[in-house]
Amino acid sequence: MAGTLRRIRPFRNIYAKIAAIPMVLTTMVVFVGGTLWTVTYSFTNSKLLPKLNFVGLDQYERLWSNSLWLTSIQNLMIFGVLSLVLTMGLGFLLAVLMDQKIRYEDTFRTVMLYPFALSFIVTGLVWQWILNPDLGIQHVVRGLGFPAFEFDPLSNPDTVLYGLLIAGLWQGTGFVMCIMLAGLRGIDEDIWKAARVDGIPTWKTYAVIIVPMMRPVFITTLVLVASGIIKLYDLVVAQTSGGPGNASQVPAMYVYRYMFTAQNLGQGFAASTMMLLSVLIVLIPWAYLEFGGKKRG
Amino acid sequence: MTGQGPRGAKPRRRLSGRNIMLYGTLLFVSLYYLLPLWVMVMTSLKGMPEIRMGNIFAPPVEVTFQPWVKAWAEACTGLNCDGLSRGFWNSVRILIPSVILSILVASVNGYALVNWRFKGSDVFFTVLIFGSFIPYQIMLYPIVILLREMGIYGTLWGLVLVHTIFGMPILTLLFRNYFSSLPEELFKAARVDGAGFWAIYFRIMLPMSLPIFVVAIILQVTGIWNDFLFGVVYTKPELYPMTVQLNNIVNSVQGVKEYNVNMAATLLTGLVPLIVYFVSGKLFVRGIAAGAVKG
Amino acid sequence: MKTKTLAALLSTAIAVPVAASAVELEVTHWWTSGGEAAAVAELAKAFDASGDKWVDGAIAGGGDTARPIMISRITGGDPMGATQFNHGQQAMELVEAGLMLDLTDVAEAEGWKDKVYPPALLDSCTVDGKIYCAPVNIHSPEWLWLSNKVYEDIGIPVPTNWNEFVASAPQVEAAGKIPLALGGQPWQSNLAFGALTVAVAGLDVWKKVNVEKDMDAAAGPEMAAVFKAAADARKLAAKSTVQDWNQATNLVITDQAAGQIMGDWAQGEFQVAGEVAGKDYTCLPGLGLNKYLSTGGDAFYFPKLDDPEKEAAQKRLAALLVSPPVQVAFNLKKGSLPIRGDVDLAAANDCMKKGLEILAGGNIVPSGDQVWSPDVQTQLGDLQAEFWKSDMTPEDAQAKYVEILKAGL
Repeated sequence: MAGTLRRIRPFRNIYAKIAAIPMVLTTMVVFVGGTLWTVTYSFTNSKLLPKLNFVGLDQYERLWSNSLWLTSIQNLMIFGVLSLVLTMGLGFLLAVLMDQKIRYEDTFRTVMLYPFALSFIVTGLVWQWILNPDLGIQHVVRGLGFPAFEFDPLSNPDTVLYGLLIAGLWQGTGFVMCIMLAGLRGIDEDIWKAARVDGIPTWKTYAVIIVPMMRPVFITTLVLVASGIIKLYDLVVAQTSGGPGNASQVPAMYVYRYMFTAQNLGQGFAASTMMLLSVLIVLIPWAYLEFGGKKRG
Repeated sequence: MTGQGPRGAKPRRRLSGRNIMLYGTLLFVSLYYLLPLWVMVMTSLKGMPEIRMGNIFAPPVEVTFQPWVKAWAEACTGLNCDGLSRGFWNSVRILIPSVILSILVASVNGYALVNWRFKGSDVFFTVLIFGSFIPYQIMLYPIVILLREMGIYGTLWGLVLVHTIFGMPILTLLFRNYFSSLPEELFKAARVDGAGFWAIYFRIMLPMSLPIFVVAIILQVTGIWNDFLFGVVYTKPELYPMTVQLNNIVNSVQGVKEYNVNMAATLLTGLVPLIVYFVSGKLFVRGIAAGAVKG
Repeated sequence: MKTKTLAALLSTAIAVPVAASAVELEVTHWWTSGGEAAAVAELAKAFDASGDKWVDGAIAGGGDTARPIMISRITGGDPMGATQFNHGQQAMELVEAGLMLDLTDVAEAEGWKDKVYPPALLDSCTVDGKIYCAPVNIHSPEWLWLSNKVYEDIGIPVPTNWNEFVASAPQVEAAGKIPLALGGQPWQSNLAFGALTVAVAGLDVWKKVNVEKDMDAAAGPEMAAVFKAAADARKLAAKSTVQDWNQATNLVITDQAAGQIMGDWAQGEFQVAGEVAGKDYTCLPGLGLNKYLSTGGDAFYFPKLDDPEKEAAQKRLAALLVSPPVQVAFNLKKGSLPIRGDVDLAAANDCMKKGLEILAGGNIVPSGDQVWSPDVQTQLGDLQAEFWKSDMTPEDAQAKYVEILKAGL
């Protein structure tokens, strides 16, 4: 057996390597190359076109003294934490409900999952329309005989993030629910039987036994949801365009705005480098847990 | 792991308090999910006077299909008044090669990563996964340069390449996880029989991986169909996909916002991914279980 | 088999229908509202009539959405035949990088130097003595548009300047109308602020701050008064929830709002809605206080194409855009002013005539796009966006304003 393997080794390497060329090129040229390129130019004063006039950390100093950037970061943090907690929490709760041997499970699941098929552009537009004070919920409730009713989250800088959250949850929770449900179904039947024999109440079984067992599922979901939040862009553009004022600006919009509208590529690249850095902060611990652990095993 | 049934405690009576709570919650949640779809459909069937007067949740008093006709064939962006129809066919032309190419590449990647590991393959895979989390805005400019150097900027091929590149991380992960769940003995037996890289891929792996291919197709069809950013940056007006035209129509306000036409246009644009999901709901869940959960 | 059908599919996708003799030029722009589209149609009609073919590449969502796409395409090596930019510094680097077509010979043959008025427009197109763009119109943002009907209903005379407008606001509000319509996009707040600057502080201060770049003037009491006026305006616009500028204009057209500060392009919307200047609506240049207009506007740039036939067509289009008949037809529809003094605008309405008078009298200032870089313009826009939709004090806003200008010196 060992002999056969050795005999065909060069042959095997050639084919695997040829097949892997697209992947290698993509990772090296696009992901690594593109990232290095962006990071390099973030230290220049490039305006409309990339030029290699290095200015040290000027772009970063300006970035961190810009109130719009700070607002974007703050918005993303608030939206991110709420959205993460709520999508994960609601997703899990819904998955538990769906796991109660209910009737019409397929129908309920389809209903919860279909928003995931729609783009953020569509999601943003629809919710902008439903939350519009002159046409949507506020208008209708007032028409029902509550003239003092107010529900206008998108025009108030203090509440606009919750307006975005309503739309974001609508689009994403179904997907999280599906992953969680798959995780629940993957748990061994014997564990349930043992818990029942021991007389542990259902809710306690979930809290004490099932949730810890689903740790890998939670981590995968967390990373998927978190990466989506950092990229948040289309939804905001379609629903609020960052307004009212700058109350719903997010980092990805800042990057786009400075790269193209302000024609200050250097500033845009500095902002995107900071975004990349935050992605790495989220990812490195996860990659270590996921891949580092396995290699040793 | 996917074929097993629900795990919760068995319900005892039909109309217990628990059941009322359970179904009540689920119905309430479903209402939240269905509301936007209801609003979109109802609004798209109303005339403008009725929209201004009335209640967005009420069904139309007088059903009209005019907004649909207008959205599909007549809505204007600048001087072009041919609605979404042109964008629809552009999207189809972008979609088909992009889906085929990206899935082909990613499935071979996954296969090579599981069964033909070579030196450094883990490193490439890790970088690839990192790539899926890079915000697209960061890659926008380098890719303009890349496409320009390859001479395919602004062409359909350029966009297909971009979709293949950005679809690669998540699809490769999906295929890698799936292939690693297949029994290794199959592969070993084929090797002993002298089958090579491609022979094993086409004769053994492909026939066994229908479910994961379906999931990959669903993900790619919806992802590529819904793409806006790449479509607008890497193509030109005559190749604009449907989402870009949707944005153009919705944002080209000529006097009053025609909400009914906007909603009809929105529904038309979402139709392809919606149909895909409604038809394949169960398969998608199976795929999620096979791919994402195993990490 | 699979690759064969794929190739066939792709080749049909890439193939572009080839016209028999006319040269096709794709022209990108962001003119998509009703009045704007009607104006573009005039340009297209004239170009098609001259034997070539205008391929329209409208991009909706305003200049902020469209410009990135245009720039990506030019730098990405897939340039269009011609593209709109605002006068000023937006396309400067593209010119410097040698990506744009030199139009000097066209300009000389057509005598642009003598005809284009005010001459500052051509200066904005000139880099190192060569001309790179064809200006098509003058747009001034310093206008207050008022609905006559709103004031008739209340029973008070239509205001004749900004101060009267502010004074009348409580009555307008009491009648259940919005005093000031303002769209939510940042550039609109920035525009309103610019208009207030010229109107409240006057031309000299404006020039000191923006042309001489005197930072003491920017921090001085005259500008402080402007910020106070903006804070007043902010209160008046509190109930305005629309996003696009033409939706805000529509509030005035439908008499839901009393007024709007918007550029003269708003006129196109009133015209499309069948309203008559002086009868249904009133326009006050310089907000009725200081009758000065700034001369920003649109110009067409022509990216270099490696095709002599197309280059000839580009030059034909450039000449055509500046020619008198096209200037008249286009500007009447657009509601903007022509870029040459020698055309007859007898058909112009009340508002355009007011504008022409001011222009002929030479009461003009350069636009922000001409004196500040897009970087500074964007930051000012962000500041105004925040100021108009929050409770930031005028003093804080002024301090930030000075900071941004200083960094952009």
